[in-house]
Amino acid sequence: MKGKPLVSIVSAGLSKFGKLEGLYAREIFAEAAKEAFDRCPNLDPKKDIKALFVGHMGESYEHQGHTGATVADWAGLLHIPATRTETACASSGAALRAGVFAVLSGLCDVVMVGGVEKMTHRTTPEVTEYLAMASDFPFEQWHGITFPGLYALMATAHMHEYGTTEEQLAMVAVKNHHNGFLNPKAHMQKEVTLEKALSSRVIAWPLKLYDCSLITDGGSCVIITKPEIAKKYTDMPIQIIGSGQASDSIGMYERESLTSLIAAKIAARQAYEMAGVKPEDVDVAEVHDCFTIAEIIGYEDLGFCKQGEGGRLVESGETKLEGKLPVNTSGGLKSKGHPVGATGTAQAYEIYLQLTEQAEKRQVKDTKVGLAHNVGGSGATATVHIFRRE
Amino acid sequence: MSEQPQFTIEQFYKYISQGKLMGGKCKKCGKIHLPPRPLCDKCFSKEFEWTQIQPKGKLLTYTIIYVAPPQFEQMAPYAVGIIQLENDLKIPGMIRDVERERIKIGMELTMQFDTSAVQSQWPQWPRYYFKPA
Repeated sequence: MKGKPLVSIVSAGLSKFGKLEGLYAREIFAEAAKEAFDRCPNLDPKKDIKALFVGHMGESYEHQGHTGATVADWAGLLHIPATRTETACASSGAALRAGVFAVLSGLCDVVMVGGVEKMTHRTTPEVTEYLAMASDFPFEQWHGITFPGLYALMATAHMHEYGTTEEQLAMVAVKNHHNGFLNPKAHMQKEVTLEKALSSRVIAWPLKLYDCSLITDGGSCVIITKPEIAKKYTDMPIQIIGSGQASDSIGMYERESLTSLIAAKIAARQAYEMAGVKPEDVDVAEVHDCFTIAEIIGYEDLGFCKQGEGGRLVESGETKLEGKLPVNTSGGLKSKGHPVGATGTAQAYEIYLQLTEQAEKRQVKDTKVGLAHNVGGSGATATVHIFRRE
Repeated sequence: MSEQPQFTIEQFYKYISQGKLMGGKCKKCGKIHLPPRPLCDKCFSKEFEWTQIQPKGKLLTYTIIYVAPPQFEQMAPYAVGIIQLENDLKIPGMIRDVERERIKIGMELTMQFDTSAVQSQWPQWPRYYFKPA
């Protein structure tokens, strides 16, 4: 069973990421869906797509829940079963996995999975409050612990235990901003210097503004099919060969480790075993960099380096665009932006572009295997998917 | 003898308002839960007894929060951390009454009970915080 394709991706779409003034989430999702439809002229969306799973984290932003039906309608897919998945920032990683299940069950030959979030019309304190809902309320939020605060607690522990430095954290930001500079759909298409990142204002020490991902509006989707019928829709299907998901205590304080995410380690192990690949086989990866420390811990949890060596890995340059294992070629959550519900399938979109050689200025050469790592909250959910060029 | 209060988060905070840090000890497997839970996650027992936890411990990690949600904005910047208590238990909380420079991983802290914070709407929970021992 190892390495057997679970499903194939036949198309993908991404809205512009950024401050999309005057747009509503359902309209943003429709933009992503339109791109996916246009990329795949052999697909008749109304006839072929049998189900939709959509990741969406918060109804507070727009006073709008019931996202599945809402976005299905606006994408022109009225009447298909449409279900929202919610696992905080991993909501569309979970949507992708739900889509994989739907296809594998044999009930649906073609499924659309995606995600959307509209955030920028709210004030920063409001967004801070809504994002904190992904963490424990009675013992974390109630005592003033914010979402950046939780990752800052991990960063302090990682620095103390392994000697990770604030400079190494900032190097993640510099790298991802460089990649985002090359991505026309990224929210913040500009280079950042190490000095600028290090001197930016403190959000939750040791995390500064440039250690944090962006508050962004955006939508994303991919269309998956049974592997046997993928060629009907495209000459270049991309296979998903591994899928993992795990959970952990909602309260970070109850977890075994403050310097790694057990859920991500378990999800990675599942995905690698299913795919029959090892970390060293991965050619390109999107790693959940909601904060710079999260990318460093992600390297370790995914086996790209040993525990504690994530800071040194980014410093070595190996995860840059021209390095041995380019990470976050899209610009990541840091520079492309983090419309939370849209992030998981936006990562899948980037891997799809890389493996089909459509990533233009940020194209990595000779990629065969890609990986997407999507984390919900402070690590109470993680999904890992492994992709392969056919 | 009257029945024991339920092993809930609500009851945990009632004890906090009395200045007591209380956990639920599973009568079957002995695991102590802080906060208490109505179902033991180790052996699935529903039989517990209350056990008082020493309100002191060592700082495992911390951060200084500058950007706060609306209800905490006036206090920012403030320190929060995760504190290692006895019996392998951990609890997060604010760290107050100490200069930022003096906060160090490993420092001894004691828990303080601040019952003045109780509000009229749900949740009517008091707050606690930590300060140097």
